[in-house]
Amino acid sequence: MAPEPDDPVLTRQDVAKVAKLALLDLSDEELDRFTPQLAAVLEHARDLQSFDLTGVPPTHHPFPLVNVFRPDEVELADDVREEALAAAPAVEDHQFRVPPVLGESA
Amino acid sequence: MTATATPDTIDAGLPAGWEMVIGLEVHAELATATKMFSPAPNRFGGDPNTNVHPVCLGLPGTLPVVNGKAIELAIRIGLALNCTVQRCVFARKNYFYPDMPKDYQISQYEEALNVDGHLELPSGPVIGIERAHLEEDTGKSTHMGVSGRIHDAGYSLVDYNRAGVPLIEIVSRPDLRTPDQAREYVDELRSILVTIGASDGKMEEGSLRVDANVSVRPVGATELRTRCEIKNVNSLRSVGRAILYEARRHVTLYEAGERPIQETRHWDEEAGRTRAGRSKEEAEDYRYFPDPDLVPVDPSPEWIDEIRATLPPLPSQRRHALMDRGAPAAGAAIAVSRDLDGLALAAIEAGADAERVITHVANNLAVDRAESLSPAHFADLIRMESAGELTATQAKQVLADMVATGRPPGDIAAEKGFQAMDSSELETLVNGIIDANLDEWGRFCAGDDKARGKLQGFFTGQVMKATKGQADGKAVNALLMARLARDTA
Amino acid sequence: MTNPVTLPDGTPVTARAGLASAVEVAAAVRSGSTSATELLEAHLARIEAADGALHAFNHVTTERARADAAAVDAAVAAGQDPGPLAGVTVALKDNLCTRGVPTTCSSRILEGWTPPYDATVVERLRAAGAVVVGKTNLDEFAMGSSTENSAFGPTRNPHDPARVPGGSSGGSAAAVAAGLTAVALGSDTGGSIRQPAALCGVVGVKPTYGLVSRYGLVAFASSLDQIGPFAPTVADAALVLETIAGHDRRDSTSIPQPAPALSAQLGDGVEGLRIGIVSELSGQGIEGFEPEVLARLHEAADALTAAGAKLDTVSVPSAVAGLSAYYMIAPAEASSNLARYDGVRYGLRREGPNTAAMMAASRTAGFGPEVKRRIMLGTYALSAGYADAFYGRAQRIRTLMISEFARVYESFDLLLCPTSPCVAFEFGAKADPLTMYLNDVCTIPSNLTGQPAISVPFGTDATGLPVGVQVMAPLLGEAAMFRAAAALEGSR
Ligand SMILES: [Mg+2]
Ligand SMILES: [Zn+2]
Repeated sequence: MAPEPDDPVLTRQDVAKVAKLALLDLSDEELDRFTPQLAAVLEHARDLQSFDLTGVPPTHHPFPLVNVFRPDEVELADDVREEALAAAPAVEDHQFRVPPVLGESA
Repeated sequence: MTATATPDTIDAGLPAGWEMVIGLEVHAELATATKMFSPAPNRFGGDPNTNVHPVCLGLPGTLPVVNGKAIELAIRIGLALNCTVQRCVFARKNYFYPDMPKDYQISQYEEALNVDGHLELPSGPVIGIERAHLEEDTGKSTHMGVSGRIHDAGYSLVDYNRAGVPLIEIVSRPDLRTPDQAREYVDELRSILVTIGASDGKMEEGSLRVDANVSVRPVGATELRTRCEIKNVNSLRSVGRAILYEARRHVTLYEAGERPIQETRHWDEEAGRTRAGRSKEEAEDYRYFPDPDLVPVDPSPEWIDEIRATLPPLPSQRRHALMDRGAPAAGAAIAVSRDLDGLALAAIEAGADAERVITHVANNLAVDRAESLSPAHFADLIRMESAGELTATQAKQVLADMVATGRPPGDIAAEKGFQAMDSSELETLVNGIIDANLDEWGRFCAGDDKARGKLQGFFTGQVMKATKGQADGKAVNALLMARLARDTA
Repeated sequence: MTNPVTLPDGTPVTARAGLASAVEVAAAVRSGSTSATELLEAHLARIEAADGALHAFNHVTTERARADAAAVDAAVAAGQDPGPLAGVTVALKDNLCTRGVPTTCSSRILEGWTPPYDATVVERLRAAGAVVVGKTNLDEFAMGSSTENSAFGPTRNPHDPARVPGGSSGGSAAAVAAGLTAVALGSDTGGSIRQPAALCGVVGVKPTYGLVSRYGLVAFASSLDQIGPFAPTVADAALVLETIAGHDRRDSTSIPQPAPALSAQLGDGVEGLRIGIVSELSGQGIEGFEPEVLARLHEAADALTAAGAKLDTVSVPSAVAGLSAYYMIAPAEASSNLARYDGVRYGLRREGPNTAAMMAASRTAGFGPEVKRRIMLGTYALSAGYADAFYGRAQRIRTLMISEFARVYESFDLLLCPTSPCVAFEFGAKADPLTMYLNDVCTIPSNLTGQPAISVPFGTDATGLPVGVQVMAPLLGEAAMFRAAAALEGSR
């Protein structure tokens, strides 16, 4: 669903919704500031619509490789656990401590 | 409303006129030495956060590299499930969750490795497999708080030992119709995974996990109604209970003029019910896109053939091998599930009667070391039984000794004094016992069915006593009835 | 006229008198005629003298560098060869992981984080005898073209401290331009090595995608990111690239080939090479190209012609759409790559009543405005209902560009255009995000197509600010690209 030429490219509500998906708390002031900035970029991106892309597949990797595998062999650095836990903001019983989890894993 | 359930079978009933439509998503951990994209060990248990590496911790700057063994095992699964094995890409499923170190899960979305397969249930129905794709497992949160339950937890502790373990997600089509079929499907799938060495299939360790998509519809309808996805179904027993509970919930709603809403629900084993997950304010938007850190997997036809050539016979093939030689389907399934189909097949091929072989395998060989039985000896035993040299009871006793000692059935039967007793011998014996007990015989002949039943037991008992239990009960009865007919004519 | 940052003795930091090239340093240290320690101390002294004004570094690893230099000297004394970069000082963009040394990406969210491992390029540099002097400033998570987006304050252009050094690898570019280090590494996602190289007057290389391992580079946009060198000379850049390139099994997108031999062919010249000037990237139909930048470009073309190359103009129509495609693809990948900064395992954390609230509070406090803008842009470009129109179309434009460039490379060996439409601009001059983004038009096509490109200093504008010209090559065409770069360098 390509945006029509006269659609508002992006509304403040769109920005608020996207911020929520991205886990960013935006203030009203930030919403006001970001909305036109992002809209300008999307407006510029309308030039993507001007190319005939019929039958053109997407490119996800600029250098095409396939079947890159590693052997099923264990490699362990000694202090990974200690270094990882040392870097963590909150730790208990060698685990990462977080506030209660709401919602469920998908 | 509470689900009624007994340990082994489930009252599959919905109120008349309704049927269930069930699809299962089974996640199975693959039996690799290392994780899907990280060289950390894939092993169950261990102290928290010891099976970790910077890659599976998702540390900044780290990159995933595909475990080739996981691809090989996944292709084995695809072939065993009759799937098309194809070029595929890994995609990122984006959502925030503390169990997931990168806050996205590497999975497969539009282009999965295995698609369009099927699995045949031992009871006959063929269940479609939509896809079997590869992905990585999450870590585990332990919810700490007063009740230990997620909704009122004080805080959580996260262990990434399991994060990044290779998973295959096997998605069935909504072809299952009863809780028993669903259990049968999971059991069959587990047996396939274990047979081909792709997974240890241990539900109790979480290496096999089931999510069930359940809806109901009026019998005869072809529509698919609103379904609910039930998560956390962690045992074979819960699979049936959870589905039945959920289906009944839907019927109750429809009959009250309401309808279920599409949602994820969780099975509460203790309470025996499903519960709605904490509803999210908005629908999830996973923003799938091909993972730019990984390149496509494009298995060559040669590689696929090579893997196919190493597949052992699958449970369904093994059942069919027995059924093709005259074994009944249910017995064949038991023989395969007890891993005694090889023995049964060898005995049948050595000339033994298929039905008798299966009867012994299903009823009389539920013992350790049964698989060590010599097929030739087993076939000999069946031949003796078929020829009337041994009664069914005698054969069962001989079989037990064969398993215990490894000796041939002829020797054991001779030692036990199990003689072939032909019918004239038995007739003489029966007549002799009647003549020695004419009082009882008179009452037998005069009595009604109830009295006759008691006295029949008396005469059979006498015969058995005289033959040390070797007489064939059926033959004794037949002789008694024949004499009765003569004496009362 | 510019007003360069000066050393205590009054000499401009950009004057390279007394500074040996990396090639010279390595030769001298390997032969024992100079010590690595002596060279290191000279650079540390310049850092001490000038980095207060420049802020090229986030972190100077003085003690480790001294130990490493001493080890190189000890090896030489023991008759061993410390390697092709013996005693060469290297500065690392602060998005390259260094074991035991903080790696911040110039972001509050990673402030104080110390990786438990070294990036592959860091391992290779150290194994070749290089001496790491520190971590350089960047636009937060490499998102920017001016280094103004660093959470720790901007880096200043050594040629004029009122102006930006370019970005996002502005710290590395400034450090090399000011002689604070012999060479440096940066990362280039849409021009982040080449544009600051041009604005600071040094050589900068974006190699073929997959030539240099990304393992240990904190990801911005995985399908576009490449690590590459900054150096005062083309030969130095070649030497560094030869050291860091080559297959790495820890990066699935690493090309399974050994590093190319570049240094040996540098002097082979450009006789007979067909070089196309890309009209769309040289001011044809796009505004904002400074006349003096275009004037230097045409002088560069003349110089190549004089050296025996055949120059012509060529059109690549989809190249202009590259900008829009890039500003969908890069933020889309970034929105996912930056999800892991959630306050659970490392980095900044702000508490909240539940996990989601804690994560949001941490991310909100930890990311600066440009990072937030791009995360939101990318989240939007991937979200349900928009993915096809934005992210999907952008990836298909990419295919179109690749095939157009492939067609052009049937008639040309190399392509030429400016590196940046303008010279170093003043702080705050491009405060509007879109205006800043438009500045990347010349560098973005190589990232989208995966092709290598190099920026070579080629004179200055009237005020003395450096101008860079860019040579682009087809995939794995580094050898010819370096020959042309060397010819341009030699023609000055
Ligand atoms: Mg699922
Ligand atoms: Zn899954």
